[in-house]
Amino acid sequence: MAGPSLMDSLFQRSLDDLIKGLRLHQPTSESTFISKSLDEIRREIKSTDPQTKSTALQKLNYLHSLHGLDMSWAAFHAIEVISSQNFQQKKVGYLAASLSFHSSTDVILLLTNQLRKDLSSNNVFEVSLALECLSMICTVDLARDLTPEIFTLLGSTKSFIKKKAIATVLRIFEKYPDAVRVCFKRLIENLESNDVGIVSAVMGVFCELALKEPKSYLPLAPEFYRILVDSRNNWVLIKVLKVFSKLAILEPRLAKRVVEPICEHMRRSGAKSLVFECVRTILSSLSEYESALKLAVEKVREFLVDDDPNLKYLGLQALSVVSLKHLWAVLENKDLVIKSLSDDDPNIKLEALQLVMAMVSEDNVHEICKVLISYALKSEPAFCNEILGSILSTCCRNVYEIIIDFDWYVSLLGEISRIPHCQNGEEIEKQLIDIGMRVKDVRSELVRVGRELLIDPALLGNPVIHRILSAAAWVSGEYVELSKNPFELMEALLQPRTILLPPSIRAIYVQSAFKVLIFCLYSYLFPDEAVASSPSLPVDLDPGVTSSISPKEFSESSDVVVTEPLADREMDEGFNPRDISQSLEDVSVGNGGDTVIAHEQTSCSATLKKDYFTQESIVKLLDLVERTLCPLMGTHEVEIQERVGNIRGLTELIKQELPEFLVHKERNVEGVKVKALEIVKLMHDAFLEELGPVSTSAQERVPIPEGLMLMENLGDLEGICGDIQLPIPSQFCFGMPHSGGRESTSLFNQQTDEESETSYECTSLLAEHRKRHGLYYLPSEKLETISNACPPAKDPQQSDDLNDDGQDLVKLTEQSLVPKKKPNRAKPRPVVVKLDEVDGITIAVSKPESKDYLISGAVREVLLGNEVSSAQHKLPDKSSNKRREKDKLDIDQPSDTKENLANVGKSETSTSKKSKHHIPGKERKHKSSRKNADEREDVQKDKTKSGHHNPRHKARQRADDNVDVIAQTPVIPDFLL
Amino acid sequence: MIRAVMVINTTGKPRFSKFYDFQPVEKQQEIMRRIYAVLCSRPESVCNFIEAESISGPDTRFVYKHYATLYFVFLFDSSENELTMLDLIQVFAETLEKCFKNVCELDLVFNYSKMHTILDEIIFGGQVLETNSSEVMKAVEEISKLETASSALSLVHKSVSGWRSR
Repeated sequence: MAGPSLMDSLFQRSLDDLIKGLRLHQPTSESTFISKSLDEIRREIKSTDPQTKSTALQKLNYLHSLHGLDMSWAAFHAIEVISSQNFQQKKVGYLAASLSFHSSTDVILLLTNQLRKDLSSNNVFEVSLALECLSMICTVDLARDLTPEIFTLLGSTKSFIKKKAIATVLRIFEKYPDAVRVCFKRLIENLESNDVGIVSAVMGVFCELALKEPKSYLPLAPEFYRILVDSRNNWVLIKVLKVFSKLAILEPRLAKRVVEPICEHMRRSGAKSLVFECVRTILSSLSEYESALKLAVEKVREFLVDDDPNLKYLGLQALSVVSLKHLWAVLENKDLVIKSLSDDDPNIKLEALQLVMAMVSEDNVHEICKVLISYALKSEPAFCNEILGSILSTCCRNVYEIIIDFDWYVSLLGEISRIPHCQNGEEIEKQLIDIGMRVKDVRSELVRVGRELLIDPALLGNPVIHRILSAAAWVSGEYVELSKNPFELMEALLQPRTILLPPSIRAIYVQSAFKVLIFCLYSYLFPDEAVASSPSLPVDLDPGVTSSISPKEFSESSDVVVTEPLADREMDEGFNPRDISQSLEDVSVGNGGDTVIAHEQTSCSATLKKDYFTQESIVKLLDLVERTLCPLMGTHEVEIQERVGNIRGLTELIKQELPEFLVHKERNVEGVKVKALEIVKLMHDAFLEELGPVSTSAQERVPIPEGLMLMENLGDLEGICGDIQLPIPSQFCFGMPHSGGRESTSLFNQQTDEESETSYECTSLLAEHRKRHGLYYLPSEKLETISNACPPAKDPQQSDDLNDDGQDLVKLTEQSLVPKKKPNRAKPRPVVVKLDEVDGITIAVSKPESKDYLISGAVREVLLGNEVSSAQHKLPDKSSNKRREKDKLDIDQPSDTKENLANVGKSETSTSKKSKHHIPGKERKHKSSRKNADEREDVQKDKTKSGHHNPRHKARQRADDNVDVIAQTPVIPDFLL
Repeated sequence: MIRAVMVINTTGKPRFSKFYDFQPVEKQQEIMRRIYAVLCSRPESVCNFIEAESISGPDTRFVYKHYATLYFVFLFDSSENELTMLDLIQVFAETLEKCFKNVCELDLVFNYSKMHTILDEIIFGGQVLETNSSEVMKAVEEISKLETASSALSLVHKSVSGWRSR
């Protein structure tokens, strides 16, 4: 290897040369130039000449930070350059260290002595370099070793150094909490400095510390308060406000005290940054002070009308902070919010959208969604999707809390699916299936929407909505008994363009086709039972006709079906659920594309369902299935192949046995067993089993089978399964909803079959079900009682002026955004199946890091120790407070134990530690006299109590360390009084 | 705290960068790339604040200012005020102007070290220390004096050592 020669030193490229070289090269040849330069640097950096070395390092710094070159290899060279006497070289070295060193740089410890030396240098600029570097690369060891030097610098007379030392302290504390004990007092003293720069630096440190663990800094409230009132420096004030916004939440009395000064700043200051910080503090932490809140909202409004987009953006952000607690603040500014929806700035639009969504309630969700969708149609794709995404997420919040009219919502989902560039396919898919499983009453509408999506061949060409189509196919198959025209559905599912679908979704299509086929066959082969077992089947029938004809029909059928005559009879009385009239309403009111159906409907209305499934139509259906699915037998996708195989097996069987069956049927021979019939009946029954939403904790409820080793290490499996790819369409749960599938499904069946059972039986069943599965339902209104329900609520005076303009939404919000409860809803909300765990997904509260605990522990110790010793504090009786608190602790213990007295004797073994310490003998004697009294009860109490004892005991031990936790409470009142 | 300061030109070339919490160099480059991607898609006269959680982790946002061919970008978290950060960019730019007289991109390109010197007087370890550009300039001039003095010294030293090693 060629060592660095004199030539290298004399003709070394400087940083300027390097930059010039870089500029001369084209982007294509740049990388070769850089690697050539890097070779040079590697050679030069080994030079014994410090100047050559430092220049090489300087070039490396440059390439590292602007061209992303690794320089960790040069760590040792950096330390060498830092040790130079030459200021310029030292500076280069320190820059290199601060750019590239981190906690796992191994040579970092070699720097300790050099840092110590430079921190004690007479040259302030050398000290400054060392401080800067330390604040960037601080490790636990460096922090521990250099704390004394930093402490000295905190007392420096030169503000230039002191400021930097203060800022460095933050990093030292973070790495080495014990430093708090040394440096904290000096830090606090500096809060009273006359130098604004110093106060600003200290406040910066406290702001960082307090944001992480605010509680510990409550005792400093008096100092902060003084700064809040006295300081006129905006930078300092903003930091103080940030601290108070954390402290005020913890201590309401403090909040009361600071709210006025903050308002004063808000009124007085001309600096927007300060005003905004005041506004943010009030909105986030002091929003219960009405006058302050009003003032803040006023200021927000000023921001919103300002021409500066920055202020507008911040104003909207501030509103979203307060929107949860005080929606009126948003409503008051709704005109501006809605205007911002059409702003040029995408950020502003997004904020405005969030606020509009915050205003959505169950009363206005129709109108807002309608207008937002018209906005979406006009917007560019990205924002369009934002709008659609937030509509979807808002509507499904808390298990569709705000949706009353699910028919409307489902058709909205259908509408959204058709919007070009809609990227929310996955979410819509999820919701369509979820609603289908949760909300029984909406299924017929769901099937209608699904049909419309499925029969449109154009949609198949758009990969984005394939996911939605898969949901539509699943829904149509699962609830096929609600379909108006199963034959048409079958054609849609098997249309040639389905070849465009990805295999996983195609498999769902095939499976749905299977369900449809089974349904058609069953309806044909068992016409009477089909009518009986699927209550909503005759959707094609006009309600009026149903009521006039069906009694006859049902009495007939009840003769045939001897098994459940009562159920049938009851059913036709309570028959005519709301959704039938609803779907009819929709069909007739809805789009003109439905004319075919409408026609069919009228033609069908007179005839009966069983006539609908004629021999001819069934044969045609079988032909269609055979013709389209047979070619798929050769596909490479197992999912498809297997399902097609199933269907084919069935169709062939049917084709063989159908003639035989027909003969029997003609002769009206009863009791003939035909194999295909059995299968069809079996399959139909299987498909009739309802699928429900799956609880997130369902797995836990599965009893662990004996002999199953759950804890066994399955690491070896990885090698075996590593290359197996999971199938994509795992969203569907084809399985049973719960572990105890039998019970739950039988219940579901009963529900379907006997909808009109007496409410008592219903509730008792539910209760039983709940007990067994922990499932919960919303309290259900009896839907059947409101048979002639009104059509969906549409305000006539609103529907016409809803063109697509911001003005309209403004107008609309005038009317409907006021959160008032409508006394009477046009239509009761259908039952939505809810699983308890799904709603209450608890957000894991992130615990502060242990480091912060350490810091805060040390801080408390220092602060309270301080107060005991320091005379200069304005809180004279604080130490006595603390003592009083300690006394209180001691008093507490006996009183606490008194409660437990009754148990002590019994549980002496379990809680012996505790009782030994705290129970005075007198009480124990006292106790023993009534020991016999409730011995049995005692045992029980013991069991529960002893569970609590240990933690409590521990807590008390801890309390000795952290007396301050309790002592804090008195600290603040002193200041407040 | 302030997480990072970046200067990127309008074609996406980083001209200056300083990260106050350690980031591997690949991550730094990625952050700069992604920020630039956001910046170049934004029209003029829209707001200067952008949430950056997807780019640089939770609780981060950045503020930028567009001067001629350069974007000045400050990345920071919730312990800073957005508007003061905007002011701080102004302070930084003003100081550069004072330092270079009619500052242009080329000045920044060739004065990498000086940029660091200036910024280090304004922001220290992610904390704002000085907001008065004249104060900053005073310190920067002192440091420059010290640097030239020491480099003059090293020049002599270098030639002497060069002779000796021969």
